[in-house]
Amino acid sequence: MTERLLEVRNLDAQFVTRAGPVHAVDGVDLHIDQGETLGIIGESGCGKSVTALSIMRLIERPGRVVAGEIIYKGKNLAALSSKQMRRIRGKEISMIFQDPMTSLNPVVRCGEQIAEALVLHEGLRWSDALARAVEMLTLVRIPDARRRAREYPHQLSGGMRQRVMIAIALSCNPKLLIADEPTTALDVTIQAQILELLNSLKRRLDMAVLLITHDMGVIAETAQRVIVMYAAKVVEEAPVEELFRDPLHPYTQGLLRSIPRIDLTAKDRQRLATIPGTVPSLKGDIAPGCRFATRCPFVMPVCSYKTPPLTEPRPGHRVACWLY
Amino acid sequence: MALLEVRNLTKHFPVRDDLLSGKGARVHAVDDVSFTIDRGETLGLVGESGSGKSTTGRSILRLIEPTSGEIVFDGEDVMRLDRGSLRRIRRDMQIIFQDPYASLDPRMTVERIVSEGIVIHGLATSAGERRERVAALLTTVGLSADSMRRYAHEFSGGQRQRIGIARALAVNPKLIVADEPVSALDVSIQAQIINLLEDLQQQFELAYLFIAHDLSVVEHISRRVAVMYMGRIVEIAPARALYDNPTHPYTEALLSSVPIADPTVKRARVLLEGDLPSPVNPPSGCRFHTRCPIAVPSCAQNEQVLKEVAPGHWVACQVRA
Repeated sequence: MTERLLEVRNLDAQFVTRAGPVHAVDGVDLHIDQGETLGIIGESGCGKSVTALSIMRLIERPGRVVAGEIIYKGKNLAALSSKQMRRIRGKEISMIFQDPMTSLNPVVRCGEQIAEALVLHEGLRWSDALARAVEMLTLVRIPDARRRAREYPHQLSGGMRQRVMIAIALSCNPKLLIADEPTTALDVTIQAQILELLNSLKRRLDMAVLLITHDMGVIAETAQRVIVMYAAKVVEEAPVEELFRDPLHPYTQGLLRSIPRIDLTAKDRQRLATIPGTVPSLKGDIAPGCRFATRCPFVMPVCSYKTPPLTEPRPGHRVACWLY
Repeated sequence: MALLEVRNLTKHFPVRDDLLSGKGARVHAVDDVSFTIDRGETLGLVGESGSGKSTTGRSILRLIEPTSGEIVFDGEDVMRLDRGSLRRIRRDMQIIFQDPYASLDPRMTVERIVSEGIVIHGLATSAGERRERVAALLTTVGLSADSMRRYAHEFSGGQRQRIGIARALAVNPKLIVADEPVSALDVSIQAQIINLLEDLQQQFELAYLFIAHDLSVVEHISRRVAVMYMGRIVEIAPARALYDNPTHPYTEALLSSVPIADPTVKRARVLLEGDLPSPVNPPSGCRFHTRCPIAVPSCAQNEQVLKEVAPGHWVACQVRA
């Protein structure tokens, strides 16, 4: 039996704006087991990144977590002091972002940025930490690691910078890596290199990964279990093969049909399926009802006034839809 | 006769104030690129960042002044046109951009944005006629006619891209250069815009130069596809032939890198080693030889030329063709 590493219960996060609060994350439940990769997929503004930042307690004003528990190894991270949280962050749980340039310090050499984490969390001496930093750069397959360790981030390409970010994130052997669109800014051949690296390091270091992406292809190739978010809520959760074979939520179905697929040979070129309309606003008080109702091809009267709860019509496959 | 014929297009940008490379260094953004586009046809242009695909698109409209080469559009030599004639020919060649946030002036109403070309080219005789035309264009791209009174910033990304398309259509162009038109959009919105572009092509017999880094999108929309690497076209073929039978090792690596939205598909992946070389000092011979899994020593010496391996399928690789 696999051990539960992280459990998020009923997470609510809001952003305060002049026009009133924006409900970025609304009642999200999720869990990650030791060593597994959980993917969160959704379009811009669905709350996937805010969920990740909330877990890390990195959400900044005007945003804040208003409710919910984040249980990591039996401890509620939401209730920890900032000082206690700093011991978890970077040590137990690390995070990498879409744009490595905004998270790397431009005036500190790459090797020193890795060494800082090792001195802080592992209590290593500076010289030992620097030597370990070179090992980490080798681990993420940066050629000529000794020389690269002495370079500054701007001297590296985008793919190399993302490798440095990964080296920093993994330097203290975290149990959970949160990767927020880690390859979105990269070219497709470099993306393939980075995904392959993450997969092999995950197996080698036995860590769990929470992968956040908008790319169904990246999810299909990386995750074991998938959560689909729409308008701040979880609408579906399933093992990856089941989700792609038999998506239950009309939103997931629409999403999967609207992507062009190069691996399929269509006799005549097929027209792409579309989801009509756009995502609803999350500002102010949100009326009850399914948030996908206005775009849903199977909409029923109940959808417009009653919010569908997450149910589990099949073992391990949960969906928030009145059809089931 | 082709609607557009591009021959030996080259664009070098000077690199200034670069201590390492010294004065006079040049970035070879586009190097000896040739292709044609027929009336009503879509040619896809794919490549990674820095491959020169956007520079190629902009050079055709002379939004960027090419260093050398020939551009023949509808029988006219675009490179020889003076400013006035260039303005006239741009009525027939329009462009839409990736970022619908940056390419629409936030201080202008939708009506002004869409009608600008109509005014410049004198396509309406009265204000009433102009407004009618704008209303018809907005309806064509799936927006309501009364959105013309609003400002661009009031619209979502997908709607802004529709406004950008309406602006391009306003002057009845024959060719639209679409530079990453759906890259900034969410997938569900992306599909709406792709379908719209396909409908408009049917309706108005438009030709597209469709520039994108997303190979799945390009394959879906294009009749033929050209693959660029470091300023050169390395392979050009009918869309399905390119995907079924990629012949250049770079095309092969590119295609095998695309993640497939089906967890049951397991593919052999050609992982490229290393990064893109510097465009200031590109590798000699075949520019891909430093990363190529099948390179032989002479690849570092010999410039590669496109050779036809099957009807309409051209490849610049001495090992494969």
